[in-house]
Amino acid sequence: MFRILTLLSFTLLLSGCSGNWGWYVVDPTTPTGMTNLKFMASGAYNTILMSVTAISISVVVGLLVALPGLSTKRGWRMFNRTYVEIVRAVPILVLILWVYYGLPTLSGITLNVFWAGVLALALSDSAFQAEIFRAGIQSIARGQYEAAQTISLNYRDTMRYVILPQAIRRILPALGNQLVYMLKMSSLVSVIGMQELTRKANELVVVEYRPLEIYTILVLEYLVLILIVSTGVRWLERRLKASDTA
Amino acid sequence: MADPIIQMQNVSKFFGDFQALRDVSLDVANGERVVICGPSGSGKSTLIRCINRLEAHEAGQITVGGTTLTDAPVDLEKIRGQVGMVFQQFNLFPHLTVLENLCLGPRRALGLTDAQARDRALMYLTRVQIPDQADKFPRQLSGGQQQRVAIARSLCMEPRIMLFDEPTSALDPEMIAEVLDVMTELAASGMTMIVVTHEMGFARRVADRIVFMDKGEIVEIGTPEAVFTAPKSPRFKTFLNQILNH
Ligand SMILES: Nc1ncnc2c1ncn2[C@@H]1O[C@H](COP(=O)(O)OP(=O)(O)O)[C@@H](O)[C@H]1O
Ligand SMILES: [Mg+2]
Repeated sequence: MFRILTLLSFTLLLSGCSGNWGWYVVDPTTPTGMTNLKFMASGAYNTILMSVTAISISVVVGLLVALPGLSTKRGWRMFNRTYVEIVRAVPILVLILWVYYGLPTLSGITLNVFWAGVLALALSDSAFQAEIFRAGIQSIARGQYEAAQTISLNYRDTMRYVILPQAIRRILPALGNQLVYMLKMSSLVSVIGMQELTRKANELVVVEYRPLEIYTILVLEYLVLILIVSTGVRWLERRLKASDTA
Repeated sequence: MADPIIQMQNVSKFFGDFQALRDVSLDVANGERVVICGPSGSGKSTLIRCINRLEAHEAGQITVGGTTLTDAPVDLEKIRGQVGMVFQQFNLFPHLTVLENLCLGPRRALGLTDAQARDRALMYLTRVQIPDQADKFPRQLSGGQQQRVAIARSLCMEPRIMLFDEPTSALDPEMIAEVLDVMTELAASGMTMIVVTHEMGFARRVADRIVFMDKGEIVEIGTPEAVFTAPKSPRFKTFLNQILNH
């Protein structure tokens, strides 16, 4: 009887150590698990802050790059094409490394990890934003410009009050996609030491030797973030549609 | 002519190799109502779009209210301030309410305050007989109502000249009269009007002169009585028979 019991507990112990799962590292009912979870979740702040800052910049830059792309002047259009083609060709990871390690040598300006990450993400995304804006603006009928011209609106007011409000409604789903993309790509900034979700997970893995459990939680963290974003975008789209018809 | 507000001398317009206007000359007196008719593709739209420079002509000279049309932004501003235009497809701003459609030009281009622009908008909405639709969006209105809003939007800029490009062609038959009534009232108020239309009843009632165009040329000009009783050119005769028996 005693022998059987020893054997059983021995087997259990073995399976706990060498089996596939060891959820105790992230078990919220134990103090260690809870501490680990809090540690992992604490990266969310930087992931969100970095992504939102980067996309705010890239939307503005993207618009500023898109407008010359719509010009009747060939030189302006060339500028747009060159910018988009070059920026789009560089892998984001390479851009992050270049901005963080290369740019200081080139310009004398040293960026901290956060701003280097934001700059690289924004730069990379701005090429896509430029294409999205260009397509969105081009989809607005010529009659809208002509009507604006006949009531004496200048270029700026035409864009601000007539064209962009309509274009933005059309490109909102695409902008939402870009934010999702940005949240995911921000994980790459972990390589230069940014304390965001992926970096936190990596650091915990080094301590706990439980990559499967910890990275599974990481996957869930991104999943939750992105579900929140896409729900938000869908809500916004519905609201804009409602304000059109109500 | 005593007091020409519009002078077109030997105006030619090309789209690539295709000549849309051939040596067109036309003077319009202050307060005059001119109706332009002619087969599809004869250059009617192109002619009136040259007057407010939605199209730039290649040869000849156009003078509007003493300002000769060139590419200079100052001249363009002067012209656009004097010339209103109503389009076949209305070209209302779909994301703005009726009131916002009307107030945009006065606020941004004429520098009126919100209250002034609003008062003016409501006055012209009353004039086109839809004072109660101010807070609706264009898509909530019938075609006839939308076109009347478009007329009011132009009038809010208080132009000296109104151009109409087939304003009733996109309307269901039962809505044509309400738009023509507004235009007839406008004509009675002394507005200088150039109207591209095939509504010959309207032309007979309102026009001082009728212009017949074909293949980019003005083929015949005359008073309604002269033109309808005895058209000189065979092409005009054929055209009139076609639309009157239609
Ligand atoms: N933007 C353009 N590009 C090329 N051809 C054009 C353009 N606008 C008009 N045209 C051509 O010019 C001719 C006259 O057009 P239009 O003035 O619109 O005729 P209408 O108004 O009498 O029907 C047509 O043959 C038309 O195809
Ligand atoms: Mg036409």
